[in-house]
Amino acid sequence: MNPTNYLVLSAILFSIGAAGVLVRRNAIVVFMCVELMLNASNLAFVTFARTNGTLDGQVVAFFVMVVAAAEVVIGLAIIVTIFRTRNSASVDEPNLLKL
Amino acid sequence: MNNTLAVLASGEASPGEVVQATGTFALIVALIAIPAAGAVLLLLAGRRANRWGHLLGTAIVLAAFAVACVLFVALLAQPEDARTINQYLWDWIDVGTFQAPFALQLDPLSMVFVLLITGVGSLIHIYSISYMEHDPERRKFFAYLNLFIAAMLLLVLANNYLLLYVGWEGVGLASYLLIGFWFHKPSAATAAKKAFVVNRVGDFGLSLAIMMMFATLGTFTFEGVNATVGQADSTMVTWIGLALLLAACGKSAQFPLQSWLLDAMEGPTPVSALIHAATMVTAGVYLIVRSAEIFNLSETARLAVVIVGTITLLMGAVIGSAKDDIKKGLAGSTMSQIGYMFLAAGLGPVGYVFAIFHLLTHGIFKALLFLSAGSVMHGMDDEVNMRHYGALRKAMMVTWAVFGIGYLSIIGVPPFAGFWSKDEIIHAAWAEHPIAGFAALVGAGVTAFYMTRMMAMTFYGKARWDDGVHPHESPAVMTIPMIILALGSAVAGYLMLYTANIEEWLAPVTGYEEVDGIATPVMIAMTLTVVVVGVVIGWRQYAMREVPRVAPTQVSALTVAARHDLYGDAVNEALFMRPGQHLTRTLVWTDNKIVDGAVNGTAAGIGGLSARMRRWQTGYVRSYALTMLLGVVVLGAVLALGVLL
Repeated sequence: MNPTNYLVLSAILFSIGAAGVLVRRNAIVVFMCVELMLNASNLAFVTFARTNGTLDGQVVAFFVMVVAAAEVVIGLAIIVTIFRTRNSASVDEPNLLKL
Repeated sequence: MNNTLAVLASGEASPGEVVQATGTFALIVALIAIPAAGAVLLLLAGRRANRWGHLLGTAIVLAAFAVACVLFVALLAQPEDARTINQYLWDWIDVGTFQAPFALQLDPLSMVFVLLITGVGSLIHIYSISYMEHDPERRKFFAYLNLFIAAMLLLVLANNYLLLYVGWEGVGLASYLLIGFWFHKPSAATAAKKAFVVNRVGDFGLSLAIMMMFATLGTFTFEGVNATVGQADSTMVTWIGLALLLAACGKSAQFPLQSWLLDAMEGPTPVSALIHAATMVTAGVYLIVRSAEIFNLSETARLAVVIVGTITLLMGAVIGSAKDDIKKGLAGSTMSQIGYMFLAAGLGPVGYVFAIFHLLTHGIFKALLFLSAGSVMHGMDDEVNMRHYGALRKAMMVTWAVFGIGYLSIIGVPPFAGFWSKDEIIHAAWAEHPIAGFAALVGAGVTAFYMTRMMAMTFYGKARWDDGVHPHESPAVMTIPMIILALGSAVAGYLMLYTANIEEWLAPVTGYEEVDGIATPVMIAMTLTVVVVGVVIGWRQYAMREVPRVAPTQVSALTVAARHDLYGDAVNEALFMRPGQHLTRTLVWTDNKIVDGAVNGTAAGIGGLSARMRRWQTGYVRSYALTMLLGVVVLGAVLALGVLL
């Protein structure tokens, strides 16, 4: 089994995620794309761990999952709050920080 | 402290032994403390002291005079070689080798000054009681006068140059306060500032001299300097001498720092008499004579003193000849007479004694002339223009008589005081520097001319008074001091020269050498001839002819120049004031345009830049995300290139 395939898959998934973050306006979709990028990196980590025969990459993958779970909690809470106040889930609407 | 004393006492080249002050001599400090306490008391007491302030001020100076007399008697009792008394008070500045004791020194030179300052000072205080009677600020006037007396006594009693400097600045302050005493008059306020600023130039010279002394000799006590100056580099000694001369020129209104004295006449007349005639302006002569050891070693510095003295004695006399303001006429005369003293001091050991001798007689007769002028003004509703006087002889008999004695004394008629002292100076100058001697002789003639002019315009001729002026004699409080000074002007010269032997008295401090010039009778005959010529010209011009009430405008160029103080102010303005103004304007422009420009430009640049950078913050999350992505791509590319290359 060639690890390069996994890495290519990881790169493709990451690129899809990144493109989604940049082009989509809906906060939920942007959020899902972020998750996609995190999982793409997880896949790369696990692949490298396998290639090198160590467990470091797998450990990091667990950390990423934990962080991603925590992030989902906070992120969804923010999105819901914004939706409640502004009646929209678009990421372009909340631009109050602009001078 | 003991080290300091040892140094003080071991001055090898010093004349005679230095004696520590014990017994009566412990009173030296009282000379300064009494008037200083008076000034503080009168200034702090405020208006409450208005009723008795003038009496206290006068009593205090009389007390100082009494102390001076006691000290004089005690000093006379000392053997001739033990008349330098040091009174150590406390360590003033003590930093490493830089030691300035607060110590006083009474020696024959200081003694005659102390007597002059307190003696003439007492008389002028008494006179002022009446002269300033109607001034609401009379108490403050006496406080300032006491302050002046204290500072002047500190100046002449200090035993080192640094402490002398304190007194030097103190009299400058008192002079400033008193010239500007009627500061509601803009002319008086300006004159006070002018005196202060011009004096500052001289003070710069004194501070330079003290610094050079410390740098080359490592000391600035009189004892220390006298003992060590002989081994110093002669160029440095010349520079010290020239710096001292600059200081003396500032304080004594000598060329080229003469311009302030004529304006200083804006002060009340007793101030002109005490400060700007008898005592403070002669401090420069004191400084030079006190530094005799330095000037003895430098021919160049002495020559500079002679030149300054000669120029000023002629300048002052010429200015005095053209002034219609009686006080300015006398001020020109003061400049001229101090010029004589400088000339004498510049002659070296043959002249120091006569510089001081003339200083003393001048202090008496010029104070008398000023007080008489004040008395005339008092009777003429403060009129100072001599063209509005005339025929006052009958109205003011006493003033006329005492002014007459002062007049005879200053023009040098024997046996009045001025004759003895001025004649000795001309005699010595003639032998040492014939050109200066000739100038001094001419100066004596011009002196006779302008004093005769003053006498004739004031007391003789026809009355040219303003309407409603009723001249009257001044009260006894004013005339009695004048009469005492007149007695002094009449006999002091002879007494000091022959009875008290002033050469012998001062010789231990200043050194003295006989001068062998022309035989004295010939000299006297020459001087008297010149004086008679001056008197005759003045009398023909101003007593036998009508004096116009308005100054004639069709006059010689010299008269025009003299009326403008020989363009002293114009020279100062052209040489210093205008270039100074241009310099400051350039500096202000540089500051505004270049320094401020750089600072403001930087701020504006950063402001503009940030206004532009602010646009980057769009507030769109996705554009931030794009920026981050681009950043990551760039970073990745850099890393990849690093790996590949």
